[in-house]
Formats: sequence, C-alpha cells, structure tokens
Amino acid sequence: MSGVWDAIVIGAGPAGMAAATTLAEGGMRTVVFDEQAAPGGQIHRAVERNARDAALSAVLGSDYAAGAAAAARLRESGADLRFGTSVWRVDTDRSVWTRAGAGIVCHKANALVIASGAMERPVPVPGWTLPGVMTIGALQILLKDAGLRPDGRLVLAGCGPLFYLFAAQCLQAGATELVLLDTAAPGNVLPALRYLPAAMRGRGPHYLWKGLHLLAKLRRAGVKIHRGVSGLQIQGSRRAEAVAFNAGGRPGRVECDIVALHEGVIPAQQIARSLDCIHEWDELQLCFRPALDRSGETSIPGVFIAGDGGGIVGAQASAHAGTLAALAILRRADRLPDAEFLARHAAARRGLGSHMAIRPFLDRLYRPRREVLEPADEVVVCRCEVVRAGDIREAARQGCIGPNQMKAFLRCGMGPCQGRMCGPAVSAIIARETGQSPAQTGYYRIRPPLKSVTMAELAGARAEE
Amino acid sequence: MFRRVEAPPSSSAGTDTFLFETREIPFRPGDSVAAALLAAGVAAMRDSPVDGSPRAPYCMMGVCYECQLEIDGRQNQQSCLVKARAGMVTRRQRGARTIA
Repeated sequence: MSGVWDAIVIGAGPAGMAAATTLAEGGMRTVVFDEQAAPGGQIHRAVERNARDAALSAVLGSDYAAGAAAAARLRESGADLRFGTSVWRVDTDRSVWTRAGAGIVCHKANALVIASGAMERPVPVPGWTLPGVMTIGALQILLKDAGLRPDGRLVLAGCGPLFYLFAAQCLQAGATELVLLDTAAPGNVLPALRYLPAAMRGRGPHYLWKGLHLLAKLRRAGVKIHRGVSGLQIQGSRRAEAVAFNAGGRPGRVECDIVALHEGVIPAQQIARSLDCIHEWDELQLCFRPALDRSGETSIPGVFIAGDGGGIVGAQASAHAGTLAALAILRRADRLPDAEFLARHAAARRGLGSHMAIRPFLDRLYRPRREVLEPADEVVVCRCEVVRAGDIREAARQGCIGPNQMKAFLRCGMGPCQGRMCGPAVSAIIARETGQSPAQTGYYRIRPPLKSVTMAELAGARAEE
Repeated sequence: MFRRVEAPPSSSAGTDTFLFETREIPFRPGDSVAAALLAAGVAAMRDSPVDGSPRAPYCMMGVCYECQLEIDGRQNQQSCLVKARAGMVTRRQRGARTIA
C-alpha cells in the first residue's frame, strides 16, 4: 500500500465519521486517525461497547446511543481506521505525521479533513489545579468509557447544555449528594431572547424542549441548585475539599469530594493553528475559529475543517459538516456528477442549518462571565508552568505585545499541554490590558510536535509503504 | 471517589491488576490507566515540575497533560490515553522527565 491516500480524516467523532464514510463510499482511499480505541469521538465515546450494557445505556440516553449507527456505517464504508493513533504534525502539503504503537509514520493525501472537534473551555478559578477538580466532560468520559460515576459529595459548577445533561445523568446513575452551582449570568436572559425567534426554526424546538425537560427533571428530583453563581473558589491543601462562591450577592460554601467545572466548549485549535490557517474571533461564542468556506475548506487549499473544530455547532450539525467537506472533495476529484453533488450538498446544508438554528440563542444564554476569560490576579492560568493571571497582566503593562512574546517572558504555554489550557485566557488578558481586540491580539503560534514524541521515535520515523 | 454504575462483582477473583507505585490496581477491560487509578481512589498522579504541587486528571481526553505517569519505564505518558494491561508497572511522574 502506498503512503499516499486520496483523503485523510483526523478524528472519528461525528464530523470525522461522516466525512470518512462519505469519502470511502464515494470510492476514495481514505484513512482515519483517532487517539481513542474506537469510533465516536468524545460525544459517542465507547458507544459500540456500551450498546451491550443496559444499565449504562439507560443512564446515557438515546442521543448518545444514536452514535452507534454512524460508527457501524463507518466500519462498513471501507475506510482504513487507525485507532490509538495521535497526530503530532501536519504540513500544508497535507502530510500527516502520526504516532502509534508502531512508531512514527508520515502519510500524505490529496485532501485532508481535520475533525478534531472541541475541548471544554478551561475554567481558571482559584484552586482549579487541585486533585479532585475536573471538567464535567471528564466526568462524563469516565461514565462512558469506564462506567464510573462520581461517588460521595459532588459539586457541579457551570452552565450550558452539558452541565444540565450531566447533572441529570448523575441522578439517573444513582448519585445522591449532588449540589449544582449554576453560573449562568441572569443578565444573559434578555439579550438571549433576541435570538429566540430564530431558535424556533428547524430542529430548534426539539433542543429547547429537551432542555426544558432536563431542567424540569432536576427540579422534580429536588436537587440543590444555587443560581447566579460567580466568584468560585476551590479550597483544599492537597485536594479539593470545598467550594466557596457568591450566589446572587450572598456568599456560600459547600464541602465536597469532587468538583467539576463547565463553561461550554471551544474549538480544538491546535492543528489548524499549526498550519497557520486564517482564524477569526467569534464574538458570540467568545473563541477563535478558523475561517471556512461553505464546504469547510480553510485558507489552505485542500485542507478542510469539519465539526466543532471549525466553530461550535454540536454533534448533529457536525455530521452534516463532515458530509459537506467530503462532498466537496469528491466533486473536486471528479467522483461525483454535478447534479448529485448539488443535491447532496444542498441537503447537508439544510441539515446543518436546521441543527444550527438553536446555537446563537444557547451561545448568548450561556455566555461565560468575564471572570472565566480574564481571571483574578492570583489565579494560575498556565497550569503547566504555574503562571498567574497577575503575572500576565504585569508583563502586558510592561509592554509585552502579544501571546508569543508572553511565552518568552513567562514560559506560559510552553509546558506539556502547549498552551491548550492557558491560550484563551492569555489572549483575553493581553487584549484587555493593551486595549486591542482579541482578533488584533491573536493567539499562540502553535508548532509541532503537537503531541509528545521522543527523539528515539523521531529517529525511527518512516513513510508508510 | 468513584463507583461503577453496575453492581461490583461479589469477588475480586480473576480481576486483572497493574502496579501503581507499591499498590496493585484492579481494572476492567477497556479502562484507561487514569480511569482505573481514579476508580481505585488514587488522588494525585503527577507532581508539577515547577512547584511540586500534586496534580490529577482534569480533562480525561488528552488535552491537559495532568494525568502524566511513568508507564513501564517510559516517562510523561498520558495515562488517560493508555489502556490498562495486566502486569503494567506505573509510577507517579515526579517533576520533569529525565533525559538519559
């Protein structure tokens, strides 16, 4: 087998599964890389295995289980699936360097679909580096991947769809000592209502109904909910022991064994940034996203981004985005007649639009507070190098002009996570201090290796043959 | 800190284990090393190379690098991305990786 593929897809979540299935079914020699052991991405993590587990399936619900159909279609599509495989370097000529058990291999393709999805927005608050503090997504991954649910006193702090969904899943899984700290700002409601008429289109009402159902379920269960929460502080010496907060002006404190944070999700930018794709600041989602055309093609020809990696759209819309990218690639390779391309492209665009109708309403309603993007001086922003928000402010005041110079000044973004956890806050703090927009401030310049590799592995690198 | 959604098996006989420091850690097929450690009540997995503070998994999806361990002699391994295998020898990642 030659090292050159017709198409490479990075990531086997909803967007990657749809893209790879469409490409392979269209006759293209397609390879898929994913760090996990099976298809599904984080949203449908371990969906194939859990289909046989009645107890877990009852907890995780039907939207989760629906991922099994996409995974089955992917497996039948003929795409070459490489799991347990990290992508640590991508070049603008569409070379993709992977690391797996077999070592480092360089693959090349005529077209590349990056479907690396989303990550949770980091929530830098005092004490967030303590053991016992995780993201809500991390707890949900433990539930999906290992059937583990938090035991003992659990505090969930945050807002947004996943916050309420996971709270309901915890109840379903038998958690009893649960306290919710709802950080949604009451001041978000009025501005969000502006987007409500648009949210009544397409699949919008379905999502709204689902959300109301979740909220009612939590209310019926009598879960303790503090609303209008801000000023989170996680206390403890060697691990999280309590959470202090402010709820609508009143101080509160809850003792806990585990605390989980969630302030929505943002695109995983690492690969697109390393390629120097043009990025834009999304003022509604408060994050950077790559500039894409209607099929998801980036500023680099032949490089597509599909799904949440191109701006947060959600799982169902991501699948449509994956299809759109694949159709454009098939069309360009002359593997799809014009009429069929136009019909399928239009259908996928309609599907995408239908699932996107709710998005601006949700984005505005659950817009994170300023303190999430620009934490107080004493808060550790860069976990790897232990750099505090105040250090970054001080350096910016002394004339540090941007995130990349900040690396040289303070080493923020230079630890093992390579800025994934501190990048958003570092850019936001610098923007505030310099009076520039986030777009003008920009983001870290990301360079390979995007994942850790050893010199020995590099020495053994080869092109796939 | 965590418990399995299904009832635990009545006996631990037959359960595979790996070693974490001096402790035998049971796991289920498909568990990541990080998940098995959390299930066994292990709180901290690495010490910050900068200030020595204890760290534990934050994201469980390969982003935060707080779950790094020494696994079978290899340092700085993201334990949330490595499946547990019987007989593995794992240790806390203490400080920065040493370069031999």
